[in-house]
Amino acid sequence: MALQSLDIAARSATTTPPPSVRQGLEVAKLIDISKCIGCKACQVACMEWNDLRDEVGINHGVYDNPMDLTDQSWTVMRFSEVEVQEGRLEWLIRKDGCMHCVDPGCLKACPAPGAIVKYANGIVDFHEENCIGCGYCITGCPFDIPRLSQKDGKAYKCTLCSDRVSVGLEPACVKTCPTGAITYGAKEDMVEAAGFRVRDLKERGYENAGLYDPPGVGGTHVMYVLQHADQPGLYSNLPKDPQIDPLVSVWKGIATPLAIAAFAAVSLAGLFHYITKGPNEVSKETEKEVE
Amino acid sequence: MQRDPRDLVRYTPSERLNHWVVGISFILLGLSGLALFHPAFWPFTMLFGGGTWTRIIHPYLGVLMAVAYVAMFIRFSRLNMMSRTDWEWIKRIREMVDGDDHNMPEQGKYNGGQKLLYWLLFWCMLLLILSGVALWRTWFSFPVELVRLAAVIHAASAAVMIGLIMVHVYAAIWTKGTIRAMWYGTVTRAWAKQHHRAWYREATKDG
Amino acid sequence: MTNHWVDIKNTDLVLIMGGNAAEAHPCGFKWVTEAKAHRKARLIVVDPRFTRSAAVSDYYAPIRAGSDIAFLGGLINYLLTEDKIQHQYVRDYTDMSYLVKDEFGFEDGIFSGYDPEKRKYDKSTWGYQTGPDGFVLADPTLQNPRCVYQLMKAHYSRYTPEMVERICGTPKDAFLKVCGMIAETSAPDRTMTIMYALGWTQHSQGSQMIRTGAMVQLLLGNIGVAGGGMNALRGHSNIQGLTDLGLLSNLLPGYMTLPGEAEQDFPAYLAKRSPKPLRPGQLSYWQNYPKFFVSTMKAWYGDAATAENNWCYDWLPKLDKTHDILQVFEDMSNGKVHGYICQGFNPLASAPCKVKVSGSLSKLKYLVIIDPLATETSEFWQDHGEYNDVDPTKIQTEVFRLPSTCFAEEDGSLVNSGRWLQWHWKGAEPPGEALNDQEIVAGIFLKLKALYKKDGGAFPDPILNLTWKHRQPANPSPEELAKEFSGRAIKDVLDPKDPTKVLVKAGEQLNGFAELRDDGSTACGCWIFAGAWSEKGNLMARRDNADPYGIGQTLNWSFAWPANRRVLYNRASCDTEGKPYDPNRKLVGWDASSGKWGGSDIPDFKVDSSPSDGMGPFIMNPEGVARFFARDMMAEGPFPEHYEPLESPIATNPLHPDNPKARFNPAARVFKGDWASMGEADQYPYVATTYRLTEHFHYWTKHVRLSAIVQPEQFVEIGEELAAAKGIKAGDPVRVRSKRGFIVAVAVVTKRLKTLEVDGKPVHTVGIPIHWGFKGVARNGFITNTLTPFVGDANTQTPEFKAFLVDVEKLPVKV
Repeated sequence: MALQSLDIAARSATTTPPPSVRQGLEVAKLIDISKCIGCKACQVACMEWNDLRDEVGINHGVYDNPMDLTDQSWTVMRFSEVEVQEGRLEWLIRKDGCMHCVDPGCLKACPAPGAIVKYANGIVDFHEENCIGCGYCITGCPFDIPRLSQKDGKAYKCTLCSDRVSVGLEPACVKTCPTGAITYGAKEDMVEAAGFRVRDLKERGYENAGLYDPPGVGGTHVMYVLQHADQPGLYSNLPKDPQIDPLVSVWKGIATPLAIAAFAAVSLAGLFHYITKGPNEVSKETEKEVE
Repeated sequence: MQRDPRDLVRYTPSERLNHWVVGISFILLGLSGLALFHPAFWPFTMLFGGGTWTRIIHPYLGVLMAVAYVAMFIRFSRLNMMSRTDWEWIKRIREMVDGDDHNMPEQGKYNGGQKLLYWLLFWCMLLLILSGVALWRTWFSFPVELVRLAAVIHAASAAVMIGLIMVHVYAAIWTKGTIRAMWYGTVTRAWAKQHHRAWYREATKDG
Repeated sequence: MTNHWVDIKNTDLVLIMGGNAAEAHPCGFKWVTEAKAHRKARLIVVDPRFTRSAAVSDYYAPIRAGSDIAFLGGLINYLLTEDKIQHQYVRDYTDMSYLVKDEFGFEDGIFSGYDPEKRKYDKSTWGYQTGPDGFVLADPTLQNPRCVYQLMKAHYSRYTPEMVERICGTPKDAFLKVCGMIAETSAPDRTMTIMYALGWTQHSQGSQMIRTGAMVQLLLGNIGVAGGGMNALRGHSNIQGLTDLGLLSNLLPGYMTLPGEAEQDFPAYLAKRSPKPLRPGQLSYWQNYPKFFVSTMKAWYGDAATAENNWCYDWLPKLDKTHDILQVFEDMSNGKVHGYICQGFNPLASAPCKVKVSGSLSKLKYLVIIDPLATETSEFWQDHGEYNDVDPTKIQTEVFRLPSTCFAEEDGSLVNSGRWLQWHWKGAEPPGEALNDQEIVAGIFLKLKALYKKDGGAFPDPILNLTWKHRQPANPSPEELAKEFSGRAIKDVLDPKDPTKVLVKAGEQLNGFAELRDDGSTACGCWIFAGAWSEKGNLMARRDNADPYGIGQTLNWSFAWPANRRVLYNRASCDTEGKPYDPNRKLVGWDASSGKWGGSDIPDFKVDSSPSDGMGPFIMNPEGVARFFARDMMAEGPFPEHYEPLESPIATNPLHPDNPKARFNPAARVFKGDWASMGEADQYPYVATTYRLTEHFHYWTKHVRLSAIVQPEQFVEIGEELAAAKGIKAGDPVRVRSKRGFIVAVAVVTKRLKTLEVDGKPVHTVGIPIHWGFKGVARNGFITNTLTPFVGDANTQTPEFKAFLVDVEKLPVKV
């Protein structure tokens, strides 16, 4: 809720065009997994900035904790041990959280006007005061990110620190990342920076290094540099070709006009039938018969 | 006021009550469901105290409707078994729609169209209940793939059901003398003879 | 660190061994990523575990915990046999050509002069041959069989790749791959940095592991150059400051040493610590020791310290032996210690062998805890169920808990690993009744002083005469203390070259240790900090990050000791002519026109000594060069030799299979009663190693909700093979037992701990993070140091936390 309404580029459950006088610079967060040491400082920074406090849980036999995103954990580190090449162990650590899609499935699915907005800079933000808690955003998200609060019934996720960004600061996780694995800036610049990183990784023997900016959702405003861009699934099941699920597209796409048209057609058919054919009345003969 | 004592009882008070519980909850579900279905219907949320209340109330109304519907379904199931005559009736529905019913096959308490509607509504209700459970995040958590499928099924079956109910309501309006059957339970003998001759014979056998 | 954090960005190759910088020093680790990004640097990690550092490395090689000297010795052997050394550097800047006494010898793992009864060496044979002029004899051709080069080559010839594989479990090809990558940095314009931490320190031969690393760096010419060095990553934000200020039991501030019992004679004490040059033309800077010492005594005792009373030398304790933490608890367990003041220290959790520490604390009459947190130690007497199963009715120790401030609640300076004294400012008011440490200590001191004044006592002088000139005697300010350790002139300090010229007026702050005098005219609490707070003000508070040379030498950011110098031994970054080996990374160089050394750093050298003078770059050493041969300075020998940890999975030292005396460190001190607490592999078959996790800081952050959220519960790491053999699945509760006790924790089953083949048998490693205890907001757990052995490094007595033996069993239900 930090940016002004002028900066809203798309708004959930709204059929009219958004204000379009401002064409903001698109921003992006670039997460370089090849630089990430899994220290979880980003998790802590996120909790501190947003005043989130998840439960003190238990150890589940892995380094991950909390184990999954929650309404109190908007980002978590996911650790996976893989051997892509025989005998060469890799410990891939991915910071999971909202990808801020160019074509956000959550926004598409959301029934509450203005509960989800996309700003001109690309940030997809939840406005919880408009959120009705239906969870459609979860259904719509190709990355399984939003979480409903058990306490207030509203959906939460990473805001890309839209409040910080709107006053010229970088997101809290970026600010805190000790190795510079998370960087933030204009999307164009981040794509370029990723190019340097990818070249460096290729030179270090990661032939399939690449940028994860999946076109299926129109690209994202949170991107990854992957050592194995050909196998994003290695990174704790990062989807290979994410897109808004066809079912969601049907549901929130073609289904609504069809249904509305059908209702209108049925109504009009009834009306025209009535005025052309008249009511179906009991015939005089029958009435007489039963007298 | 004394109504014509020769009128035939079509629905008992209990049946009417059951019908209207289903009917009212359907209307509320339709309004609240449509509000969440397309922004054009969003103002309907005002009827329920806003978006969040609409989201909270809708599934509980669903439970109410489901329970009432199951009772009604059982109540009327025997009378809605399709017969060959019913299919014959459906085949000739065009004549019926044209307002020319003199060639239509003789019908019992329910005609083929009504029976067909009964079964279509049954399938819609079944799908709505099952998919509704999957969508009810307050109490349940299903895999997102299933939830997505459920969302489409819920929306589609609701849309179909709304359409069917529109037909149902229109038929009641179009066929004069029908609505009173659900208001106070009786129809005139002429109405019965005209529209449900077999049932008429049955109902007047002793009188 | 010989270099500093930012300088790591200048390197070509990073070797992380004996440490896990990404895990324990994530902020400093950013400079590794900078080096990788901007210099295409490669990162090698050698560790028993595939660590968080390994996760971002270019190459990882496994190693058995405690076998690092074998690995590094093999590396030395590789560099010497492949002739991958920086020849000019080694020839001119090290002791390779020096001749060693004929009596010095090494036989089957034991150096000459060993007394097996006392487990100590007579080091008289561990020295150089000297000529009639008193200088060391040398053979620049390196052909003399008694020269350091030949002795060293012979010593490490036994460390073949096959032997390395046998001892370390590192596959031969992995070892050779690492050797090959490291050898490339022997080129004069290529550098490697070694980043190590407690993974080397905390072994019974930890000091020698570090020395072996330093020897590798010297062979490669990587000491004193930008992007090089031996870089100790300190585990606490101010642990560097602790050692700098001499808080170890045998030290005085600035790495001066306390006298021993035999050193009652003051001039002899000074003479021993002010060595004459061992080679012609060398500086031997420690010859200034008397200036440092007298200035310290003036800072402590002011007017009471005079030339006549040897500057109060007699008031200093004369040590019978070192009173390190292990010795103190040994004495405590024998009932020889009655009271213990525990300031910012949680020994129940941090010291080895909890049962011994707990028993020792129980024998105290009183225990004073000065700490911001409710530590485990402060409640060692309380029954905390399985986590601290004691009977309070049997413990009579009276415990006083004095809440103190934490770093963010006070002003002051912290010394980081790179020797920077950085001033910091209070961020919040302390809670409740907490007082800052100096106020608490001042309160105790002033009370004691009053008691001594009133009642006299056996030896009141050092207490009654201690300088205590503070605006508020009960609350000395950080600024006052900082000025005191930086030093001031008591009388006018005159220029020795021109006695009419006053360098510093009486009462003014000094500019540096060059102004210290041994005539009582200067007072300086810590000579290496001299100049940190001069008349220019508090230089530690400087925050100018201007980097005019672009290699991270920000001389106006804070103050680095000594003399604001950022890279130690930086003269060694130039050839004998004074030209930088790599002009792109110039630290210093000789400028013939001005007749001075200069560059991006403060020269670690006599600034006007022309290269033609032949002065060596290692001015603190009387040799003027760096030593491969440590002479008599190490407890277990002049050349590092691999010995097994006190608890080893193999029955013999593969280098000396027939000599049980050489199985583990022959000079390691083991207290009589502790031999029985050492386990053997038949009962405790797995190698255990303890460590920190990024999410926590020691035993502090389990009191912090956020840290507890991201790492809530105690766990141990077990390799997949061992887990499969024991039927342990990830998340199962397991009991880990050493001869000294057990802990119960959740099993993390991982591919990152490989089974190693050591001396012909498979060896499994069990990784045990510290951090948990019975106080705090994280889930309560067992104190990891329940398991660890009560033995330390033979030189520093740092406990052997990194390699010991345990057994593991799966528990049926969660306890």
